[in-house]
Amino acid sequence: MGKLDGKVAVITGAASGIGRASAIRFAGEGAAVVIADLNSEGGEAAVRDCKEHGGRAVFQKTDVASEPEVKGLVDRAVKEFGRLDVIFNNAGLGGAVGTIEEITGDNWDRTLAILLKSVFLGMKYSVPEMRKLGGGSIISTASVAGLAGGRGPHAYSAAKAAVVNLTRSVALEVGKDRIRVNCICPGGINTPLIYNRLPGGRQVGEQFLAQLQAIPRAGHAEDIAAMALFLASDDSEWVTGQAMVVDGGLTAGGRLFGQDQQQRPTIPGGFAGPSFEKN
Amino acid sequence: MGRLDGKAAIITGAASGIGRATAVRFAGEGAAIVIADLNAEGGEASVRDCKENGGRAVFQKTNVALEEEIKAMVARAVKEFGRLDIIYNNAGIGGAVGPLEQITVEDWDRSQAVLLRGVFLGIKHSVPEMRKAGGGSIISTASIAGIRGFNGLHAYCAAKAGVVNLTRSASLEFAKDRIRVNCICPGGINTPILHRNMPGVKEAMEQWMAHGQPIQRAGHPEDIANMALFLASDDSEWVTGQAMVVDGGLTVGSQFLDQTAGGERPQTGIVPQGFMGPSFEK
Ligand SMILES: NC(=O)c1ccc[n+]([C@@H]2O[C@H](COP(=O)([O-])OP(=O)(O)OC[C@H]3O[C@@H](n4cnc5c(N)ncnc54)[C@H](O)[C@@H]3O)[C@@H](O)[C@H]2O)c1
Ligand SMILES: NC(=O)c1ccc[n+]([C@@H]2O[C@H](COP(=O)([O-])OP(=O)(O)OC[C@H]3O[C@@H](n4cnc5c(N)ncnc54)[C@H](O)[C@@H]3O)[C@@H](O)[C@H]2O)c1
Repeated sequence: MGKLDGKVAVITGAASGIGRASAIRFAGEGAAVVIADLNSEGGEAAVRDCKEHGGRAVFQKTDVASEPEVKGLVDRAVKEFGRLDVIFNNAGLGGAVGTIEEITGDNWDRTLAILLKSVFLGMKYSVPEMRKLGGGSIISTASVAGLAGGRGPHAYSAAKAAVVNLTRSVALEVGKDRIRVNCICPGGINTPLIYNRLPGGRQVGEQFLAQLQAIPRAGHAEDIAAMALFLASDDSEWVTGQAMVVDGGLTAGGRLFGQDQQQRPTIPGGFAGPSFEKN
Repeated sequence: MGRLDGKAAIITGAASGIGRATAVRFAGEGAAIVIADLNAEGGEASVRDCKENGGRAVFQKTNVALEEEIKAMVARAVKEFGRLDIIYNNAGIGGAVGPLEQITVEDWDRSQAVLLRGVFLGIKHSVPEMRKAGGGSIISTASIAGIRGFNGLHAYCAAKAGVVNLTRSASLEFAKDRIRVNCICPGGINTPILHRNMPGVKEAMEQWMAHGQPIQRAGHPEDIANMALFLASDDSEWVTGQAMVVDGGLTVGSQFLDQTAGGERPQTGIVPQGFMGPSFEK
């Protein structure tokens, strides 16, 4: 018995990385999945992966920044599988990079269209279908870059913060329809988004990302897929408006006292009394 | 195949409410469970519930505020089941309530001892066993009262905020041992903590609490048990230092504008539609 038996899910950006791992996980739990992406080759491969895991899947070529295409995507889900229970707005890219003066207005707009408008469109067109079913789950991929500065390029950080707060405001509106709206904030996940641009590729990504956070291993697409599954399943029936952080402890805080790092001053164990007293 | 097959878990406050629902859920997923609580009668009933769900379980009478009893609880888990993979620090009380000036120091200390010291002790004594097992998951029940203020619940709010931030600092220390530390912030959950043994209150609460948050039904212990299961299972292997809010949307924000789809909320009279242009335009 799968946790998503009988449910239909749309996953954008499912040709690669987090989206693809989620598609496979959902399929293994009994969902029928619409794989949406710009990349047809990867999308068809993801369809095959889903089928190997015992699920039904189809590919729909989609630019998530285009309103008619997102509308077409939702229509395809209903046409193929008769309903829509879950949408995972996950497609993304790094977008405009550089200093604030270097970013062109055009690159800013393109970035926000793919990372933010896409999420708005995914919500807009899936809500009516979910309402017909008496409920549903909307999930989006935000980022730890949406929670604080310095964790991504400017436009990316702004867009992801907007996804977090759009999640909240829409959650308030559709709660009464039993539609939950949540997002996931991944830390550094070793997907093509990161390793395709690293000299040394995937292996170097694995080593580099292992050092970023408290848990000493890189994040994997499957870590995010597991959270997406929780949010897609009925287990999260009373969870809404949340930004779920899956980051190996990256944002839990820093170390003030180097308990196990040589280069920082260490304080002795025991009890730190008032500063005027000598130890 | 259960999601907790082969794992041993301790759940405090498991004689009632959230802890009991979680014990039943964990048992159904294959875990062996130590039910820890002050309440022996409820604790034994939980043991029976777990067994009916196909799990192994024992009751250990425990006051979570006492270090010796927490030690004994952890030792019991290891003695019975040979290991400890999960601890869910969940026991709780309302504690000192009412106007701040009327809270006695004794009641303040008692509240902190159960709600915050209990969690510290649970972490402290389970970590060595989890290290031996090569990793583990520490879960605690904080509250939305740990991330927002609630007038009249001063000691509780302070203690629960303490749990949230202890979760974060402890997560940093134990990550290298593959021990994750997370907590759950429930919203209003219809459990005996709110009923105070008064007849009819559960049903009345169910109705009243349905309107307390955007998702219009009361929270149930199973909602929290589901999150605890996620955090206990290997699905959350890369999740640590988090405060997971399960509150039907209560703390997400408040409705400022009357959206056409917004439903039965009191009208504020601000009903924009379409597009709000610059304020100087008509
Ligand atoms: N990898 C990380 O460290 C990380 C961290 C935080 C957030 N994220 C977010 O996770 C999401 C998934 O990224 P990933 O890491 O799996 O990267 P990825 O590059 O492996 O996958 C992203 C997918 O999105 C698709 N895509 C890009 N633009 C699109 C468009 N306009 N229309 C349709 N599809 C489009 C790509 O073709 C690709 O298949 C993104 O939103 C990303 O911002 C990633
Ligand atoms: N019910 C809610 O609305 C709500 C909301 C947020 C947080 N919480 C928290 O959830 C946790 C569980 O509460 P619940 O709602 O299931 O209430 P509950 O009263 O049904 O269960 C709490 C259990 O803890 C036990 N307990 C109390 N003090 C103890 C001690 N010193 N040692 C050992 N056991 C002790 C009680 O005997 C009881 O079995 C608590 O930490 C509570 O603060 C509850």
